[in-house]
Parts: sequence; C-alpha cells; structure tokens
Amino acid sequence: MNSILWLIAGMAAITFLIRASFLVFGQKLQFPAGVKRALYYVPVAVLPALVVPMALLPRGDWWLTPANPYLIGTLVAAAVAIRTKKTLLAIMVSFAVYLAWRLLFV
Amino acid sequence: MKPVSPLLAGVRDTVPMLVGAAPFGLIFGTLAVGAGLSPAATLAMSAFVFAGSSQFVAVTLIGAGAAWPVIWMTTLVVNLRHALYSAALLPYARSWPLSARLPLAFWLTDESYAVVEHRLRTGLAEGGMPYAFGSSLAMYGNWLLFSAVGVMLGSELPGLADWGLDFAMLATFAAIVAPQLKSRPSLCAAAAASAVALAGHGWPYKLDLMAAAAAGVVAGLWAESRQMPKKEEAGA
Repeated sequence: MNSILWLIAGMAAITFLIRASFLVFGQKLQFPAGVKRALYYVPVAVLPALVVPMALLPRGDWWLTPANPYLIGTLVAAAVAIRTKKTLLAIMVSFAVYLAWRLLFV
Repeated sequence: MKPVSPLLAGVRDTVPMLVGAAPFGLIFGTLAVGAGLSPAATLAMSAFVFAGSSQFVAVTLIGAGAAWPVIWMTTLVVNLRHALYSAALLPYARSWPLSARLPLAFWLTDESYAVVEHRLRTGLAEGGMPYAFGSSLAMYGNWLLFSAVGVMLGSELPGLADWGLDFAMLATFAAIVAPQLKSRPSLCAAAAASAVALAGHGWPYKLDLMAAAAAGVVAGLWAESRQMPKKEEAGA
C-alpha cells in the first residue's frame, strides 16, 4: 500500500511538472526550438504506437482478419473522427460497431 | 445568449467533454481494481495524477508487474504533450497570479485545454481565468466521480474489464490521433512508431513504447527536414 502511494506520488509530480512547465515556470524556462519541434511529434508517435498493436494483436498474437472487432472498431473510430472531427461521436459509433462485431463474429 | 458568469460558461462549454470522459473514468476505476489496486490507491491516482491515458497505461503496467522507473518514464512520455498545451496557454495566462496558474496547471487536461484555448483564441480573453477554473473544476469533479463509480462496479462485477471495455481506450486514442495525421511528417512519425511498436511487441517494461516513441519523433523530424529544402527549391 505504502509503496503504491510512492509510485502515485512520482506519477503526480511528473505530470504536474510537465503541465506547469510553461504556465508556472514559463518566464524562466525556455525550451530550445529543437526540443519544441520534437515535442510536436510525441503524440503522433506515441498514440499510434499504443493503438496499432492493440488493434492488430489484441490477444497478444496477430489477428489480421475482418472478424477482428478491435481492428474494425479502430478503423471506424479513425474514419469518423477524420470525417466529422467529433471525438465523442467517433468513440460512440466505433464502440457500437465493436460490440456488434463481437456478437456476430467472435 | 443569456449572460452567464465566465465560471459557469466554462462549466457549460465543458459538458460535452464530461460526457466523453465519464466512461473512461468508469473504465479506469474498473480496470484498476482488476489490476489489484486498492480503492483508496485508485482514487488517489485519479485525485493526484488526474491524467486519464497515463493512468490507464500505469494500471496496465502495474498489472504486468513493471518496475516503478518504467511506469514513471511512461507517464512522462504519455503526458509530454501537456507541455505544448502549457506553452500555448502561457501568452494568455502570463498576467494571471501564480495562485491561479498553479492549480490551473495541475488541472490542465486535453479537454480543458481544447475548451479554454478556443475561448481565449476567439477573443474572449475577458474572464478567461474564471472560465478556465470552471472548465477545470468540472473535469476534475467528473473524473473523481466516475473513477469512484468504476471502483464500485469493478468490485461488484469483477469480470467487467474482460468484457471489452478496453476497446473504449483504443477508440479514444484512435479518434484523438487520426485527425492529427494530416501532414507527411506526422504520417511518417506514426508509421515509424507503429512499425517499431509491432516489432517490439511484448518487450519487457513497455520498452517497446519508448523505442517506438523515439523512432516516431526521429522519423517525423527527418521527414520535416526533407520537406523544407524541397519547398525552398521549388520557390527559387
């Protein structure tokens, strides 16, 4: 219990320092331009790196058939989000498709 | 439109985000209990870390028995984008007192950033500070509430997490990132990161995620540097 609280304290400190980087320490802290450019690519690298394996290997090994509800659901989420720019709508539609796929094919 | 105090306007404009975040609070609470966290630890994480995606990843890593430094590194990577939000809000918030910037920094999420930045950018800087408080407090209360509901559900229905709620996290990440993949460098970053994540799938301590993030950033910067001189040549 005690150890998990230290783990959480560390996570909290790291998260707060990132969020406060400019808002609180802004006047003093200047990120070099190269770092800022690199930061720009962090989300577009990390999120696909999380999404793609979860969609293609949802059970730990390859599942590359149209019956894979994770794969179909992810493609639907991406397509709706790109078309409508509405994250919430994309989540709801893709979740419905995911559930339907599970019922039908799994 | 009826005149509304900036604080309430901040709450009002954040309502769609609350609806979106609620299921994830719920799922987080459920998964955390499933991963063996106590209800108190789960709620402490929601109260003090307050960062949905890194809480999800941390709970998965705790379940897998990963070492602390790895969980901290992952927290850093997953939350780095918040530094960009922090930088983007600073021009508006520079004159706000430290006593406001400190809690607002703690409460800075994707959702509140999107709502508040839009308000400030579209010229309603007046009342920006209470507006930001309204948005932040709504998100925070919502997250705590639904984490707690998730903890209760997870304790009552232990099989809930296996039932497919994990897809909601996948859908959220996909829906957030897909519209961002517009430029060639962003696509290169995503492709390289995905390839490395697949190749390194199952590496211990989520090192695959770190390697994928590094590969993605390098690929993005490389594609950007290739693009720039070409444009100049075309212009010359």
